[in-house]
Amino acid sequence: MTWETVIGLETHVELATKTKIFCGCTTAFGGAPNTHCCPVCTGMPGTLPVLNRKVLEFAVKAGLALNCEITRYTKFDRKNYFYPDLPKAYQISQLYLPICRNGAVDIGGGKTIRIHELHMEEDAGKLVHDPWIDQTRADYNRCGVPLIEIVTEPDFRTAEEVIAYLEKLKETLQYLGVSDCKMQEGSLRCDVNLSIRPMGSDTMGTRTEMKNLNSFKAVSRAIAYEARRQAERIEEGKRVIQETRRWDENKDASFAMRSKENAQDYRYFPEPDIPPIELSEEWLQSLKDDLPELAEEKRARYQSQYGLPPYDCQMITSDKALADFFEALVDLGTAPKQASNWIMGEVLAVLSARALEAKDMPLSPKTLAKLIAMVQAGRLNRNTAVKVFEAIFDADADPEAYAAAHGLEQVRDTALVESVVDAVLADNPKSVEDYRSGKQKAFGFLVGQVMRQLKGQGDPKAVNEILRSRLS
Amino acid sequence: MTVTPEIVDYISELSRLSLEPEEKASMTAQLEQIVGYMDVLTQLDTAAVEPLSHVFPLKNVLREDVVVPSRERAELLANAPVPDQEAFLVPRTVD
Ligand SMILES: [Zn+2]
Repeated sequence: MTWETVIGLETHVELATKTKIFCGCTTAFGGAPNTHCCPVCTGMPGTLPVLNRKVLEFAVKAGLALNCEITRYTKFDRKNYFYPDLPKAYQISQLYLPICRNGAVDIGGGKTIRIHELHMEEDAGKLVHDPWIDQTRADYNRCGVPLIEIVTEPDFRTAEEVIAYLEKLKETLQYLGVSDCKMQEGSLRCDVNLSIRPMGSDTMGTRTEMKNLNSFKAVSRAIAYEARRQAERIEEGKRVIQETRRWDENKDASFAMRSKENAQDYRYFPEPDIPPIELSEEWLQSLKDDLPELAEEKRARYQSQYGLPPYDCQMITSDKALADFFEALVDLGTAPKQASNWIMGEVLAVLSARALEAKDMPLSPKTLAKLIAMVQAGRLNRNTAVKVFEAIFDADADPEAYAAAHGLEQVRDTALVESVVDAVLADNPKSVEDYRSGKQKAFGFLVGQVMRQLKGQGDPKAVNEILRSRLS
Repeated sequence: MTVTPEIVDYISELSRLSLEPEEKASMTAQLEQIVGYMDVLTQLDTAAVEPLSHVFPLKNVLREDVVVPSRERAELLANAPVPDQEAFLVPRTVD
């Protein structure tokens, strides 16, 4: 039997607001336990949550970028469950009138994934079990951090499609500035709903939900594992049980969660503490006007406006901070292809060596533009410029001052180069003879000698020319 | 509406409450009374009434995204039944 895998995704994304969704506590990552908390986010009785305007605006922007319909009259609902990661014993979420619906994401290869809905909700706290006292510690620093949950239709058929979607989602949300989408810090996490059916069938099989997928690799492996597990069960004559499963990265396998954790009866009802939201036409329009140029639009523009190869466009737009850096260089007068070469070469190499993200790059576009201009003007040769780049990167130091202080500028005094060439030729009659008798290697040796005399600061092109004219 | 012992079992499971048999019996009777009290509402004809989710005619109550200092941790933990120096303690819930 050939099976077809059918997958739907629920993705939770932490929004990059400064404060929590319903109180003014900071959303900064980390912090000692329960130090980013107040009576609202620890669920004290009698407190009143008030919605953060930014959360609403970020959710609408995300919805617009994912081609959703925006709900003009939206409300929050109470999702009840008793578990100590939520001290109120309920989560404020949206069920009946989610902020965005019916979107679509183009993941390439002619495939579109439909978005069922996108809604706002609050994150839960962190529970850590302490085996010494056999009790669980609750830390509510993350409790109340704003999330959007993006639910797709079951439109995926392969793990590759899921990854392509997640990459597109991450890119879009990062460009919008609504989330940093750091999977390792949990700011993008997804649950995979998966079922299988005989190829060609149009009925749905029983699905399972997999949680705890913290990397793209975990998502792919969990999908492969679960599709195989379900096929084996059916082929053995067993049924697939509808259940929630937890992916264990270390064991490379998923396990059914205990049935108590499975009990799902959230008894939703309208959240009385948060009045409804009405989005006016003007408000919606101002959010639309505020949408930045997204990666795909940038790629197209870099190709048409700057004539950059598709590969360069892809690399540079892979991270919004890199694209911003590139555009700043071009605005400062750097030739687009030069800018792109430096970014894809030296910049990415140094960032990776320093384990830095592009957005945290200490070097300013102004400094790199100046350095590239020095190369273009023949004041530094490319190899020396790379050394200068590495030296000034961390302090964003002035390349001109650095080159002057270290005597790195190229010798542009032709008379000086000529005198050095003449001296080298006089000192190496054997090599001159070798070259004249046809040994090309001897030429390289002579260039090397000249450059050495010039302490590496000769312009290789000028040295070559002078040497050749002397030898001809 | 009749509140059966099964309904009480189910609700206590959702609420993470374990009830002794005699508690269960009294709870069943009490819940029956409470729910019965609300039953009077079913006598109203609400066919032409819009569902109401908020009593006050408020909308768009929003705050700006500005950080305000969080509360002193000791103060937050003061009313917890079982805290330690830095956290709320609860019975084992995770493995
Ligand atoms: Zn708070």
